[in-house]
Amino acid sequence: MRKAAWTVTAWAVGIVFVFPVLWMVLTGFKREQDAASNPPAWLFHPTLDQYRQIFGRNVTPYLLNSLMASGFSTLLVLVLATPAAYALSMRPVGKWRDALFFFISTKMLPAVAALLPIYLVVKQLGMLDNIWTMVILYTAMNLPLAVWMMRSFLLEVPRSVVEAAAVDGAGLGLTIRKVIGPIVSPGIAATALICFIFAWNEFFFAVNLTATRSGTAPIFLVGFISSEGLFLARLCAAATLVSLPVLLAGWLAQNKLVRGLSMGAVK
Amino acid sequence: MRKMGRRRRSAPALAFLAGAATVALALSGCSGAGDTGSGSGSDKTITALMVGNPQMEDIAKLTADNFTKQTGITVKFTILPENELRDKVTQDVATQGGQYDVATIGAYEVPIWAKNGWLHELSSYADSDSGYDKGDLLDPMVKSLSGEDGKMYAAPFYGESSFLMYNKDIFAAKGLTMPERPTWQQVADLAAKAEDKTAGVAGICLRGLPGWGEMFAPLTTVVNTFGGTWFDKDWTPKVNAPEFTDAVKFYVDLIRQHGESGASQAGFTECLNTFGQGKAAMWYDATSAAGTLEDPNASKVAGKVGYVYAPVVKTKSSGWLWAWAWAMPKTTKKADAAWKFISWATSKDYEKLVGEKLGWSRVPAGKRKSTYDIPQYTDSAKAFSDVTLKAIEEADPVNPGVQPRPTVGVQFVDIPEFADLGTKVSQDVAACIANGTPVDQALANGQKLAEDVAKKYRK
Repeated sequence: MRKAAWTVTAWAVGIVFVFPVLWMVLTGFKREQDAASNPPAWLFHPTLDQYRQIFGRNVTPYLLNSLMASGFSTLLVLVLATPAAYALSMRPVGKWRDALFFFISTKMLPAVAALLPIYLVVKQLGMLDNIWTMVILYTAMNLPLAVWMMRSFLLEVPRSVVEAAAVDGAGLGLTIRKVIGPIVSPGIAATALICFIFAWNEFFFAVNLTATRSGTAPIFLVGFISSEGLFLARLCAAATLVSLPVLLAGWLAQNKLVRGLSMGAVK
Repeated sequence: MRKMGRRRRSAPALAFLAGAATVALALSGCSGAGDTGSGSGSDKTITALMVGNPQMEDIAKLTADNFTKQTGITVKFTILPENELRDKVTQDVATQGGQYDVATIGAYEVPIWAKNGWLHELSSYADSDSGYDKGDLLDPMVKSLSGEDGKMYAAPFYGESSFLMYNKDIFAAKGLTMPERPTWQQVADLAAKAEDKTAGVAGICLRGLPGWGEMFAPLTTVVNTFGGTWFDKDWTPKVNAPEFTDAVKFYVDLIRQHGESGASQAGFTECLNTFGQGKAAMWYDATSAAGTLEDPNASKVAGKVGYVYAPVVKTKSSGWLWAWAWAMPKTTKKADAAWKFISWATSKDYEKLVGEKLGWSRVPAGKRKSTYDIPQYTDSAKAFSDVTLKAIEEADPVNPGVQPRPTVGVQFVDIPEFADLGTKVSQDVAACIANGTPVDQALANGQKLAEDVAKKYRK
């Protein structure tokens, strides 16, 4: 009985969470006037007009820019965060608590406060409207989070397993590859996905630092908001399209993810 | 065994990341994404920042096959919503970023930015461009896009005034007639008769959404024609003056008694939707709404809408004046190429091109006299083109009310502080609409805010 109640609750909560996304997907297939009708229309003539409009605006460069910014920044974050987390957990360096706090303290400053100095520096370097600027920024933004996440995953590696490997004569490289790596791989997947999503969805820095060449997908999205005329259906279609890569990434990593998320920091 | 399974599952995630990165890197070369530098390069490429209105989407579609083919100049567009665009251009010009060569800006910004020295003057270009025919541009448009020195700082792309729209079916069913030049009292009476609360049809739709450019666009024209003003000639604030108060009380009462439901959340888009779905008998708003209302794909009232002049009280006319215009930030290094684009975009030929390629109802009208001589255009816009043209011609951005004004602007006061002032006062007025708080109290607060603003300008 209790189990059934939990099941029902879980499903109800799940549906509440998924409903807005489902509504977005549905609305993308409506005509503008159906999308704007009140009360909302459940029955409508599906149309691909909105998607035609989106491809008519050439979405490809924006998706590629986003893919580059998110993909490279995620790789960089993993490459930098994993050793840092190792040095803060398995073989803690001196004053590791301070170092850890220092990492997270960079997230305490609101992004808008950092914008002006960042803008000026980027402008002086001639790096405005350059996708590599975004790669570097997103790496920096996600790094503290990744360090904290990876640290908590690494802490879960049983010390005895590492010691056993050492007794068997495995060096550091071999231990990392054959022992620690496989144990924390769900954690790596979870961290990667979260960094990828954060970078993919980032709007504030993108709108301020990019122009015509390196605009990312969120910039493309808001271009459909118009002060003259209806735009809900095409905005939903564009939003659906732009969320597909993230959905795909999440789906590919789902097995890892469930384990990763339930094991580490973001319980 | 377990280990094997785990390793296999981790492969797709990592493969996805690696694949994504590789694909992006490989393709970025072809797409031009990731180019370095900003605003650099030859005169053969210019960058344009614009709002996502339908007319701008059309130009983005037509540029490559026409403008670029004729001139060899490639135009790269970025589309942003209005507020982001304002921030972006301000930031770009103020920091000399020079990321954009042309941008669409509104009639509110042009005189202010011209004064700040942020925009390139366009008069010298327009005068020396023989094919441009500057004399054909509508006078109120040129006036509202000029700086204090009388030079034009932006070229109008399309313009609008405001008028009253009414649903002919509802009016016929109730046996009502709409005068060609109604007064606000007549409109209030008609709203009372036309509304049908059981069928969910409001008597009139009016903007109640806070914002200087939302609620206070129509409301300031009501204030003007009631004899009120935000400031008089010597910058004395008049927000709690009897005329201003009467106008706002009238507007709030009209909405509360016969307006749309949820009015304090209804802006242009919401009203367009309400009226377009046949859920309101009248709507006082921008002339540019007519294009969408007459499009059967976007509205259920196409062909059933009547258009008359903006309602008045003490003035002869009371329509507002707005234009989206192409301007060149002072920071552009490609002024000549940028003018070529602006000249093309605001030319007679471009209007014809839009008419022939995309349909005559999509012509960016409201800026040139000659547009209204094109038979195909007047045919397609039969229901509203005459009223629109006259409404624009009658709008006077310098003298929109009964008293002299300190600066230009019909539905706004053309100072940078107005955006904030208008928005704050509109929030109080929205509370009057939503909860019935007294208008006097809202305007007393407004008067204080206006006094703070006036201090800066009063000598």
